[in-house]
Amino acid sequence: MSKLHTIKITVNGRTYERSVEPRLLLVDFLRHTLGLTGTHVGCEHGVCGACTIIVDGDSMRSCLLFAVQLNGRSVETVEGLGRVGALNKLQKAFQEHHALQCGFCTPGMLMTATDLIRKYPLTTDDDIRHGLSGNLCRCTGYQHIVEAVRAVVGEKAESTK
Amino acid sequence: MKPPPFDYVLAKNVEDAVLTLAHAGGDAKIIAGGQSLVPMLNFRLLKPSVLVDINAISDLSFIADDGDAVRIGALTRHRQLETSQLITQYFPVITEAMSYVAHLAIRNRGTIGGSLSHADPAAELPMLALLLDAELQAVSSTGSRTIAARDFFLGALIVDLKEDELLTEIRIPKLAPSSGWGFAEVARRSGDFALAGVAVTLSITNGIISSVRIAMVGVGDRPQRATEAETVLEGQRLTPALLDRVSRAARDAVTPHTDAHASADYRRHLIGVLTERVVSAAWRRANEAAA
Repeated sequence: MSKLHTIKITVNGRTYERSVEPRLLLVDFLRHTLGLTGTHVGCEHGVCGACTIIVDGDSMRSCLLFAVQLNGRSVETVEGLGRVGALNKLQKAFQEHHALQCGFCTPGMLMTATDLIRKYPLTTDDDIRHGLSGNLCRCTGYQHIVEAVRAVVGEKAESTK
Repeated sequence: MKPPPFDYVLAKNVEDAVLTLAHAGGDAKIIAGGQSLVPMLNFRLLKPSVLVDINAISDLSFIADDGDAVRIGALTRHRQLETSQLITQYFPVITEAMSYVAHLAIRNRGTIGGSLSHADPAAELPMLALLLDAELQAVSSTGSRTIAARDFFLGALIVDLKEDELLTEIRIPKLAPSSGWGFAEVARRSGDFALAGVAVTLSITNGIISSVRIAMVGVGDRPQRATEAETVLEGQRLTPALLDRVSRAARDAVTPHTDAHASADYRRHLIGVLTERVVSAAWRRANEAAA
């Protein structure tokens, strides 16, 4: 085992201080060390998008980051979006539009969509599809996912008028 | 845990990074975005004793106008390059190509220097560096040197960087203001590595083509220039017959591989079709710019 490093990391607004081995992936840190199992581990090499989280405002793959690199940084995971009984708008839209089947890809889809909705106008469904193209859904339920994101973007456009 | 054990050093500056590399005696790896390195570690294809993290060296993240060239720091993220006004102004071919590079979450983290020094044979950035005659700057504990892009890429995942050297920036000479350009690639899925891709820049002086450069990717162990095809175009006006000749010249210049995704013949065919498309687009854009 290599030397442990102490890191301070903020996850969904709460700051944690832990000692980690340098080779501990961020996704395993979130799931095993902090017990935040909402973030899913799929391919573990950056292809499937299931582990997507947001670091200081940008979506990233948590299987391609080491926890030690996140010292002093702020992370958002699916647990930060809403809670059972108090889902946020995007989560509600996913529920209403049947945008999850087995649910495995859902945390990654939600975090990628959150980044997209914050940063881009998403004027066409092609923009949504292109933005979500790095997230795989093995149930192939893409159409409903696009519709759920569209519903939220539609609302967003109306509320800013 | 998936990756093999390693020690971790967060470099404070370039000097700190290259000294750590020198002390490790060839057994250290630089980690920037890690979007290619971490998969290789997760598969245990690499077992470095030390990872030198350069993410805190903010001096290496910049896109700067340098008169006759644009300089880009090695730690610049793909997303910054893709959305840079300066890049769109001088190198629209880069802006266009960047949207083909992987996916949003990868572009948010992956770096220019990482992509260039990783040198995947199907990656867009090494091809763009070759197309645009870029110069790369490498620093070690004993000094620094400049390497032309045409000498930098030596093979699949092999570049002219010594074990104690760090790629710090890339310098791209500006194109003539009325240059035309084109970029096209075919991949199996959006964001996948290219099965084949072609990029071109050219100028038109008094109605004839000059300074034409064509680069191809995905069809060899490194990006390559289509020099025969460039010669076909130089000094000519574009006609359907010439377009056919340039497309054949590009196709004949490659010896692609066959894999599960595409046969060598299909890749060669794509090079012909894509060359026709990008040369036509570049000719049209250069004429519009000159008008």
